[in-house]
Amino acid sequence: MPDQPTMSDVSMLVNGETRKLRLDVRTTLLDALREHLHLTGTKKGCDHGQCGACTVIVAGRRINSCLTLAVMHEGDSVTTIEGLGTPENLHPMQAAFVKHDGYQCGYCTPGQICSAVAMLDEIKAGTPSHVSADLMAQPQLTAMELRERMSGNICRCAAYPNIIDAISEVAGRKT
Amino acid sequence: MRFDTPATTNPIDQLRVIGQPISRIDGPLKTTGTAPYAYERHDVVPNQAYGYVVGAAIAKGRIASIDLAQAQAAPGVLAIVTAENAGKLGKGGRNTATLLGGPAIEHYHQAVALVVAETFEQARAAASLVRVDYTRTEGAFDLAAARNSAGTPKSGFGGPPDTSVGDFAKAFAAAPVQLDETYTTPDQSHAMMEPHATIAAWDGERLTVWTSNQMIAWAAGDLAKTLGISRDKVRVMSPFIGGGFGGKLFLRADVVLAALGARAAGRPVKVALTRPLMANNTTHRPATIQRIRIGATGDGKITALGHESWSGDLPGGGPEEAVNQTRLLYAAANRMTAMRLAVLDLAEGNAMRAPGEASGMMALEIAIDEMAEKLGLDPVEFRIRNDTQVDPEQPERPFSQRRLIECLRTGAERFGWNKRQAQPGRMLDGNILVGMGVAAAFRNNLLTKSAARIRLDGSGMVTVETDMTDIGTGSYTIIAQTAAEMMGLPIEKVAVRLGDSTFPVSCGSGGQWGGNNSTAGVYAACVKLREAVAQKLGFNSAEAVFADGQVRLGNRSVSLAEAAGAEGLLAEDGIEYGDLDKKYQQSTFGAHFVEVGVDAATGETRVRRMLAACACGRILNPKTARSQLIGAMTMGVGAALTEELVVDKRTGFFVNHDLASYEVPVHADIPHQDVVFLDEVDPISSPMKAKGVAELGICGVAAAVANAIYNATGVRVRDYPITLDKLIERLPNMQ
Ligand code: FES
Ligand code: FES
Repeated sequence: MPDQPTMSDVSMLVNGETRKLRLDVRTTLLDALREHLHLTGTKKGCDHGQCGACTVIVAGRRINSCLTLAVMHEGDSVTTIEGLGTPENLHPMQAAFVKHDGYQCGYCTPGQICSAVAMLDEIKAGTPSHVSADLMAQPQLTAMELRERMSGNICRCAAYPNIIDAISEVAGRKT
Repeated sequence: MRFDTPATTNPIDQLRVIGQPISRIDGPLKTTGTAPYAYERHDVVPNQAYGYVVGAAIAKGRIASIDLAQAQAAPGVLAIVTAENAGKLGKGGRNTATLLGGPAIEHYHQAVALVVAETFEQARAAASLVRVDYTRTEGAFDLAAARNSAGTPKSGFGGPPDTSVGDFAKAFAAAPVQLDETYTTPDQSHAMMEPHATIAAWDGERLTVWTSNQMIAWAAGDLAKTLGISRDKVRVMSPFIGGGFGGKLFLRADVVLAALGARAAGRPVKVALTRPLMANNTTHRPATIQRIRIGATGDGKITALGHESWSGDLPGGGPEEAVNQTRLLYAAANRMTAMRLAVLDLAEGNAMRAPGEASGMMALEIAIDEMAEKLGLDPVEFRIRNDTQVDPEQPERPFSQRRLIECLRTGAERFGWNKRQAQPGRMLDGNILVGMGVAAAFRNNLLTKSAARIRLDGSGMVTVETDMTDIGTGSYTIIAQTAAEMMGLPIEKVAVRLGDSTFPVSCGSGGQWGGNNSTAGVYAACVKLREAVAQKLGFNSAEAVFADGQVRLGNRSVSLAEAAGAEGLLAEDGIEYGDLDKKYQQSTFGAHFVEVGVDAATGETRVRRMLAACACGRILNPKTARSQLIGAMTMGVGAALTEELVVDKRTGFFVNHDLASYEVPVHADIPHQDVVFLDEVDPISSPMKAKGVAELGICGVAAAVANAIYNATGVRVRDYPITLDKLIERLPNMQ
């Protein structure tokens, strides 16, 4: 006979607010957000780390929230799409996506936006990518750098060039 | 409103709102994560339980026994639905296989059980405890092997299985230049980002589902039929859809199982198909084998054109109609097409973005490229020489508009086609072999009736309601633009509500018919509302001018808000079509230009540039229309280079059934893409003078990529996708 689920308490700082949850330890961070906190802006496209729809920013870094258990994030600060802006008060990246039509169905979009915001910080911090010519030099905001770094976020509607335009605008890159 | 004579001047022609590159009105919701998709509706009904689908582990056979004891005893389990305990179920008119299998199993991952539990984790764990014993039967899974047993299918969506004009055999035999080649396209998966998902809730006999579906009325009808309840007891809502591409045209297992699970558990149930279940549980674009024969005169006139296609499907299914475009795209006095259908026991084959043409153009447009080369003609020029302005099978039927030649010329000019080297393997960029390819784009424009309801309230706000869906196509926005244009309002004064089966029945989203038909339906409702406003004010509606939130006649002017009054005004109407699509052939055209680079050492292909020049009627919103085009072009790149559901021919399933192994294009694969819309209006299509856009973009792209690879390398690959293993042995030697 299977055992009763193991429950555990976890407390996280979600979009600046302390949220305390008692969770089945098998609950992913993604499901904790979507099913327990009702923060459904973060999407589930695959639940296996293959699509990027569930991207959120944890302690400043973008992660696939489907690939991590919620209880591993005790005390962590988590930023979701809801924490970036609201329809009335869009984050610059959200506004740029609207302006450049960086989406179609919208399902990959929160993941793309969270990913883009954190990705620009990675460039700023000097983290090289697969396409960086010089691993020691400050990475440039080329279209190819952006495309490479965003490739974990699939968009089947394929708004790719528009997404790159939106990110470029926010990053101040001339297109 | 009946549309049976070509449109004349109407308020849409003002192009004050229509035709403007307006940002999507649902953009702020989508970019902030506040647009509600099916699985996320915590708000609609309390106490939702979680359902987890178990898929069949064999492709064909029977369930010998199911042991639910362990699963039922697992913590949190509320109910388990199987065919044994679900009661009698019907089958939706548009489904080939049943959506809940058992005892007979028709395909791999056909649903065999739904486990409902308090939490997702509990449902998933319990689902792994469902023990199913199967008795396997032999199945057919290999199209090439089944080809000779293929029969003649019934007449389908695109016409009869066999067509013939003139004497193809004789003309082909007599042609001085001939081509006879066979091409294959693989099974493909829609791979939309939002999995099929549904929340179902019963209220006595009444069932409400929040789901993700392109065709609300079809879903409601087929759900009622499957459950054996009356259609008016079912409500379907689908305001936001995370992609469909044809994969959500039909009722699928998530809806039926959520409804059954909710009945069994006595409370609302939510179900999403897990990603690894989707490819084999739902529908896919079926693989094809296509033989194309072209005969031409030495100066490049096609005299004989033949296209045969073989595909497979479950018993009772239909063919992939890959020959359709060949009946219309090029002139030739002697022509034939044929479709044959084999029985295959893979998951159900069905529509995926531009069914028929997408696969057919993948083959035809390589064949045209090959033929141009044999003739020593530029492939752009060869296509131009064989243009036709009439339906080649019925020359008395002209095209309503056909500007393929202009698309080819404009595209060639913009792309710098004159820099292409006709001889393959001549352009080098370091160790990259560079090549350019071209293909025509072609997809029919379909007319289908569509209705809407429109309300004007005392604040001067207009609300449109129709069961139309927005699957990323921009329906919300173009419908709002239509109403704003018609009523003389700014777009902010229009609210649009979609995807609810209690709203008037629309054309829905499919076959690139959504944009033109749904807005034409809204146009019709607006005409009625204008009449109601005019009548209330005692104005002659034909002369009243609707502009700036006012209705004007002579020097009288009344605001719409005032005209509506406290009680408001309501109008409902739809568009219906006469025989303009019989008298005229209505199609959309384009030309795709692609530049690729192939690594001379590894055979890796990268797309470097893409351009599509399109003529597809009035563009209602250039921003969203362009997005449709680039999205389709990208899906075409996937079709050309990576996308293939790999069949395990022994056990009968698609092996690479997730997003890690079914490779769709990602950011790094897609360069800047150019789209040019020719200035076209088509008064024969509808009062909107628009046509389809969303599928034209995928038709031909893959062939343009294939032709570019040939131009780069001299290696002709006729079997998609063109992966590096098909190139590497045959790449030119580099010094
Ligand atoms: S849902 Fe997490 S990567 Fe797809
Ligand atoms: S907008 Fe639909 S998947 Fe990206």
